[in-house]
Amino acid sequence: MYDTGKILAFIGAFVVFVSTPFWSNFGKAAFEPHPKLPTQYKECVESKEFMRADHMKLLRLWRYDVVRKEQRIYVNSKGETYPISLQNECMRCHTSKKEFCDQCHNYVAAHPYCWNCHISPEERKGWASKESLKKVSTEEASSELPASHH
Amino acid sequence: MVIDTRICRQHPECNKCIEACDHEHNVPHIPDKKHEIKWIWKEEFENAFPDTAQEYSIEHLKGTEFLVLCNHCENPPCVRVCPTQATFKRPDGIVMMDMHRCIGCRFCMAACPFGARNFNWINPRAYIKDPNPEYPTRMRGVVEKCIFCNERIDQGKLPVCAEACPYGAIVVGDLADPNSKINQILRENFTIRRKTHLGTGPSVFYIV
Repeated sequence: MYDTGKILAFIGAFVVFVSTPFWSNFGKAAFEPHPKLPTQYKECVESKEFMRADHMKLLRLWRYDVVRKEQRIYVNSKGETYPISLQNECMRCHTSKKEFCDQCHNYVAAHPYCWNCHISPEERKGWASKESLKKVSTEEASSELPASHH
Repeated sequence: MVIDTRICRQHPECNKCIEACDHEHNVPHIPDKKHEIKWIWKEEFENAFPDTAQEYSIEHLKGTEFLVLCNHCENPPCVRVCPTQATFKRPDGIVMMDMHRCIGCRFCMAACPFGARNFNWINPRAYIKDPNPEYPTRMRGVVEKCIFCNERIDQGKLPVCAEACPYGAIVVGDLADPNSKINQILRENFTIRRKTHLGTGPSVFYIV
């Protein structure tokens, strides 16, 4: 076998090159999403842990309750009651979609289509401004397909 | 619902109910007729009541405009054809739409004999100038129609068109309750409904 040294050296260089992302990030903390929590309110409708893991199930249940069962009041695990509304109740405390919802959704590449119809707090402020009406990317355009296409 | 068209005829320029509804529900004003979205609108007598109108129709009805909207039928064909049950009938009789479920197949539009349904061909948001921030808009690719202000009815309020009418021409009530005001009005006045021969059982009555 000829050129053993050269081959081994190139294999070595190749391995180092391929694993550069690993080495360059070694010891650094991984990126973490930081959804901004409301400061003046301490408690959500359910516990923080429940909301973190299951808010989407709760929202789906709410959707069903309001639209199909005429049930517009939510009774939480402590027996407290809340009016059900994403646009008017959730966003009453969580005053920014960009700083709350989008933080994690972008991180995990989840694109729920809530805001195609529901008016987000940002849009509420800047209605009919160029940004709210412009289609930003193809991704957003595809998320404007009817619900069942997701 | 009873609409007293005798009152409406005295105020042909009044559009208060339509304006109130459009604002409340973020109904877009799209100038292109092909894309237009309507929840409650005006239709000429001959078009609204094609089986009632005839060559020798009474003079004061010819060409006059009638308020028309979803009739919230007793036996709604739109509900029967909807493949996803996005359109359904609530126990109180309101023909309701679950926008989350609508796939935009437009079967309901073909089924509805009253043309009460419109399809969002384009993103309606660009055509809503003064939105109601409390109520959602719709998106491209769904069908929409009057949902009889069910969100207000659940709170014990009247539909916004009835509330907005300064002359009290729109009366809303419970047809199932024999003592309700609406039943009293129906007993005392001669009323017509749109296309009753189709058997859908429209729940909007017109005093002519």
